[in-house]
Amino acid sequence: MSWVEVGLLEDIPRLGSRVVRLADGDVAVFRTRDDQVFALRDACPHKGGPLSQGIVHGHRVTCPLHNWVIELETGEATGPDTGCTGRYAVRVEAGRVWLCLDARRAEARTVAQDVRVVSA
Amino acid sequence: MNTSVNNKPRLVLIGNGMAGVRTLEELLKVAPDKYHITVFGAEPYGNYNRILLSPVLSSEKTLDEIMLNDEQWYVDNGIRLFKGKKVIRVDRKGRRVIAEDGTEAGYDRLILATGSDPFVIPVPGHELDGVVTFRDIHDVNAMLEASRSRKHAVVIGGGLLGLEAANGLLAQGMEVTVVHLMDCLMERQLDGAAAALLQQSLAQKGLRFLMAHQTEAILGEDRVRAVRFKDGTEIDADLVVMAVGIRPNAALAREMGLYCERGVLVNDTLQTYDPSIYAVGECVQHRGQTYGLVAPLWEQAKVCANHLAEYGIARYEGSLTSTKLKVTGIDLFSAGDFTGDESCDELVFKDAARGVYKKLVLKDGRIRGAVLYGDTLDGPWYFQLMRDGTPVDDMRQGLLFGQAHVGDSGHGSEAARVASLPDSAEICGCNGVCKGTILQAIGEKKLFTLEDVRAHTKASASCGSCTGLVESLLATAVGGDYSQAPAKKPLCGCTEHSHDEVREAITAMGLKTIPAAMQALEWKNPDGCHVCRPALNFYLLCAWPGEYVDDGRSRFINERVHANIQKDGTYSVVPRIWGGVTTPAELRAIAEVAEKFAVPTVKITGGQRIDLLGVKKEDLPAMWGDLNRAGFVSGHAYGKSLRTVKTCVGSEWCRFGTQDSTAMGIRLEQMSWGSWTPHKFKMAVSGCPRNCAEATIKDFGVVAVDSGWELHVGGNGGVKLRGTDFLCKVETPEEVEEYCGAYMQLYREEARYLERTAPWIERVGLSHVKQRIVDDAEGRRALHARFLASQQEAQVDPWAERAQGKEAHEFIPIQPVALREVHS
Repeated sequence: MSWVEVGLLEDIPRLGSRVVRLADGDVAVFRTRDDQVFALRDACPHKGGPLSQGIVHGHRVTCPLHNWVIELETGEATGPDTGCTGRYAVRVEAGRVWLCLDARRAEARTVAQDVRVVSA
Repeated sequence: MNTSVNNKPRLVLIGNGMAGVRTLEELLKVAPDKYHITVFGAEPYGNYNRILLSPVLSSEKTLDEIMLNDEQWYVDNGIRLFKGKKVIRVDRKGRRVIAEDGTEAGYDRLILATGSDPFVIPVPGHELDGVVTFRDIHDVNAMLEASRSRKHAVVIGGGLLGLEAANGLLAQGMEVTVVHLMDCLMERQLDGAAAALLQQSLAQKGLRFLMAHQTEAILGEDRVRAVRFKDGTEIDADLVVMAVGIRPNAALAREMGLYCERGVLVNDTLQTYDPSIYAVGECVQHRGQTYGLVAPLWEQAKVCANHLAEYGIARYEGSLTSTKLKVTGIDLFSAGDFTGDESCDELVFKDAARGVYKKLVLKDGRIRGAVLYGDTLDGPWYFQLMRDGTPVDDMRQGLLFGQAHVGDSGHGSEAARVASLPDSAEICGCNGVCKGTILQAIGEKKLFTLEDVRAHTKASASCGSCTGLVESLLATAVGGDYSQAPAKKPLCGCTEHSHDEVREAITAMGLKTIPAAMQALEWKNPDGCHVCRPALNFYLLCAWPGEYVDDGRSRFINERVHANIQKDGTYSVVPRIWGGVTTPAELRAIAEVAEKFAVPTVKITGGQRIDLLGVKKEDLPAMWGDLNRAGFVSGHAYGKSLRTVKTCVGSEWCRFGTQDSTAMGIRLEQMSWGSWTPHKFKMAVSGCPRNCAEATIKDFGVVAVDSGWELHVGGNGGVKLRGTDFLCKVETPEEVEEYCGAYMQLYREEARYLERTAPWIERVGLSHVKQRIVDDAEGRRALHARFLASQQEAQVDPWAERAQGKEAHEFIPIQPVALREVHS
């Protein structure tokens, strides 16, 4: 399981996001008003719109292309739209944001607590 | 029984019909776990759509198709349902409800939704076998039963209900005679001319009519045999349907000692004289009115639920209603006062050969009532104008021809007859949604409102030009008056307040930030949503120029990064080219930028600019830096803002030109660039009435004439083609600037967010705009001054700022610090 440090929490604007470029596609890292951080594949399940460019509200983001509203915690489109985008485990430690590179659907937090971080 | 269940207060609903259950649905939406809920229903069914009993009678629908909430729904929502149990007593002191069979339930809050009873004329014989009313499934079954073995049906009552019953029985193969006391059908909804057309069509279908006949007695021994009238004549009858009207069922309320007149009296929060008891629906009398249609009851349900949830912010202020006859093949719409008096004007259109009749009654320049027969597509539009009290004097000339008489894009002339279109007909041209798909979704997913249909099918969810069509499909599918939007439309799901109320509060209460506005106006979601945040941001920006700090996080991506997002996530860049006039040096600079950044597509836009498409986001600041150095600023092709001023070459070159239109266009663009507006704002200046710059389909158009400049406003060349209205004529370029600035400021201050100038002007009326801009010279100068003041802040090139590093995080992806391997 690979974790990368993607920078400081304060690099991500509140109610905003940043993009992390990976070899197999972009990941959108969101920061909500309550300073929680979420990461999703940067592609809307509808037409692949870049979710990182959307308006963040609550724990949701609205896709900039056709206004689908996606749940940040699950990657699921909110009803009546259906679809799901991949999500990534993410955590914040001492103001630094870590991203788990294996896209998953399992509960992020429990996994994150079990892992030990080792410098490469 | 005086204890709550699981610490939840107990809510009891008496009446398992549309109004009561709708109230529960609204309540569950906002406060799902607040109450322990019990429902008593006298009928042995779940909740069904009573409006659609007529199609059941005519075999166009089945009972299953009109069920709204099956028993599983009650189970799923943890609601205790006592069906087939009629409540006979309520002990208000002990707060207990007691049913006929002795079933009891205690309550903390009670909702009365006992509906209405059909009115039975007490003539001799009215209790004979074979005499029925038309009110519930039981009645429909009795009629269907009779139609199988009997021949002659007599329907007493030529109103909405009677005609629907008659039509249903005719479809079942009976010979049907409609008896009506008056000499006009549906006299409460129709004028004489429309009633005559209706009677003619129904007679062609096979109905017989006895007009101006008063029933004296129903004859027969055990079973009905004939009907006798006051004039002594008799007709044979095996089945008599009494459909002369309904009256509120307030018997239980009276028995409980609640104050009643015609119905149970309620206040604006739907509370009866006992504040723990609410009442909704047809049993209610509110501000002197009782209602027998669905739309009002929907509005009541919403308000009642809001109070039961203890939000306490909604008020019911009465409803205007409209009616539609549910008889296949007959299009009829009626709303408001359609007779009028001496102080009213009538607009009438009649084409008997096509079977079309339209009448509008106007008073003080506003619609008071409407009767449409044969072509009812514009019914919802007239009704909206009527409810909003929109001034219509300025559109009087074309009013009767309907909203689309100048042509909407996306669906051709077929629009007029949506009911007769095949299921495969495309209704929504943006999202490719067919009629069949929409009807199927309405049926299967139990959709009732335009918003529901938009959410589930995407029809009318993009440009909105097919809204009228979708509304009329909805009306045909679920019954007359569902589709009406509430009189007051909330800004979005986060608030109960309308656009206008929010704007007013911002200035009146001195709200200066988005969080302050949300808090003061009791927003339901602390962050709002993608609909309200950009609107609030604009309203605050407009109300407090120079003071309000623009919130980038509340702007749509295009306005946040000052470029247009494309379908693949790249952006387009449009440099400002003043008045569309450029130079070889500028074009060379654009060409160099395009090559340097490998721009895949370079295109000339409709507004005389050059569009560089397919630019990667990271490249934007550098590209803007290069463009800035060549003298370009942002073209704002991405914003709800001034877009472009299109011009023709005018008197400088054109042999027909009367004024220097290019110079005028450049002056206007330099004055107004950078301004934020409720929606995009386009201008054009033409040098002569040949109007090569197409100024008469712009938000603000200027057409030069020999003696000066004509000013035109409110045009639109997009979704809905609309030619401008002529505002006035002025003499000098300075006046053109002053009128333009004042007009833009009026639009900024009065229009709702995302409302273009065309619908804004139609809503407030051209006269209003003329009064503020043309007649009131002092007001005009003040508006213009406010516009210029707001421009001081606005005319800072956003590209230059970002080229120099502002908001860099928007454009640069995060570089992961290092890849670290972890083994768990």
